[in-house]
Amino acid sequence: MPEFPDDSVGLVTPQTAHFDDPLALACGRTLPAYDLVYETYGTLNAARSNAVLICHALSGHHHAAGYHGTDERKPGWWDAHIGPGKSIDTNRFFVVSLNNLGGCHGSTGPISLNPATGRQWGPDFPMVTVSDWVHSQARLADRLGIERFAAVIGGSLGGMQALQWSLTYPERVANAVIIAATPKLSAQNIAFNEVARQAIRSDPDFHDGWYAEHATAPRRGLKLARMVGHITYLSEDAMGSKFGRDLRSEDLNFGYDVEFQVESYLRYQGDTFSTAFDANTYLLMTKALDYFDPAAEHGGVLADAVAPSRCPFLVVSFTSDWRFPPSRSRELANALTRAGKPVSYVNIDSPHGHDAFLLPEPRYQAVFAAFMCRVAGELGLEETA
Amino acid sequence: MRADLELIHRWVPEGAHILDLACGDGTLLEALARDKRVTGYGLEIDPEGITACIAKGVSVLEQNLDEGLVNFEDDTYDLVVMTQALQALRRPDRMLDEMLRVARECIITFPNFAYWRHRVHLGIRGYMPVSKSLPHAWYDTPNIHLSTFNDFEHLCREKGLRITDRAVGIGDHEGHWATRLWPNLFGEIAIFRVERQNRR
Repeated sequence: MPEFPDDSVGLVTPQTAHFDDPLALACGRTLPAYDLVYETYGTLNAARSNAVLICHALSGHHHAAGYHGTDERKPGWWDAHIGPGKSIDTNRFFVVSLNNLGGCHGSTGPISLNPATGRQWGPDFPMVTVSDWVHSQARLADRLGIERFAAVIGGSLGGMQALQWSLTYPERVANAVIIAATPKLSAQNIAFNEVARQAIRSDPDFHDGWYAEHATAPRRGLKLARMVGHITYLSEDAMGSKFGRDLRSEDLNFGYDVEFQVESYLRYQGDTFSTAFDANTYLLMTKALDYFDPAAEHGGVLADAVAPSRCPFLVVSFTSDWRFPPSRSRELANALTRAGKPVSYVNIDSPHGHDAFLLPEPRYQAVFAAFMCRVAGELGLEETA
Repeated sequence: MRADLELIHRWVPEGAHILDLACGDGTLLEALARDKRVTGYGLEIDPEGITACIAKGVSVLEQNLDEGLVNFEDDTYDLVVMTQALQALRRPDRMLDEMLRVARECIITFPNFAYWRHRVHLGIRGYMPVSKSLPHAWYDTPNIHLSTFNDFEHLCREKGLRITDRAVGIGDHEGHWATRLWPNLFGEIAIFRVERQNRR
């Protein structure tokens, strides 16, 4: 038996669900057929009432917890919060996590083959929105026999999906947890996304998105995009305490090679990402972020937009998050209170910036666990493991 | 339940939509939701109180009362409740205005500084009072605006507010005849029900 920590879901295997019923998208186009790759942790109870949906952020995917093999160095991206005895306790909940449409980790996306042409979708893959994702996720829920989720949960872009779920399918969401998110992007947020997109699109290897057919990839552009993104995910304090102005060698060399530790860190993060992620997917996902704005159809009045929801919400922000600062979460909480919806809002003191939602922190864990414990209690969920 | 909370529980009408400022661990809101179908939100800044509320299923918002109630619109609640927090606010008078802006009626409880034991402490022994209702030493107390039954009534008169009910608490017990006759002397905890007279 492989050795995994006691509070880990252990060895997990991704699964693929194939859908043949065409999916009409917000952009006006239709995906004729598609695959969704997903993982599950825990056991679905007989009443099918203990399912929890985890929605991923910009560069995330289906591998949220556990390990794919004994040689995997790091567990899934939200392993700090999913597992036996953790905030999302897999002894009680059946957790579903998937890779969104347009992704590059198995679900149908730009690197998949377009059945109509027999070539890769590439830049021709239709633009997808948060609403489109929610519709496709609902079909996966149907497939798994899940009528109603005990909770739909997500951080950042995942939080936007959780919010959209509560508006599109109010009867299918018993609770929603929205962490480090925003009801819509600010001009500054969109600006950062545009810099990232331009970095990719201006790479000579981009070839208008048909880079795969040129047997290349816009790695330099993607690396730059990730470097910019990474700066916005950390706080100034977190960067300062992690790297300061530390130099890699004792002397200044008055050149453009890596001199400061922070430069080395960003280049490393960018390099790693640029070989593991698809540029067209990155473009799509940042656009989905930019487009998200449920209040737009309601004259900009968010309180009107959230009126259809029928579940209690937990909204969490982090003090040092400047990508989606606490004021944005408060905006959502205020809209929910104005609409008279049950909502709790918590602002967690953390030095880690936007990335804090991925990390363990005692108060964050206490709040998250208390909410999920109450969810389990109210739905009468027994331990299944 | 604490005596003042029990009294408030009786005063809150069935099905009301309320705000509970400095709601602590959510005991009152939980009981009101269960017994009287009351809806609404608790506001709190203490992390442990907030977690306790969430565990109970009480809707709680992390919010510093000194920043006012700007995120709540005029007349959107039936009632605003604030127990044992008035004395810790930077401007209790402004909070009173805010409470009666978002609701027509509010219920407020605070420690009565003129309680006879406090008078003995200060008047005879010459020390700042320390008691069950004022449990802190002078140097580490969160209470920065201590007042009395009389002070609060005076403030309400000045603001043209109508006091519709008034009660006293002595620790965990409800007051007896003496406290009702001389609340400023025998009341350890002041409990007021106030409404604004003018229509908005």
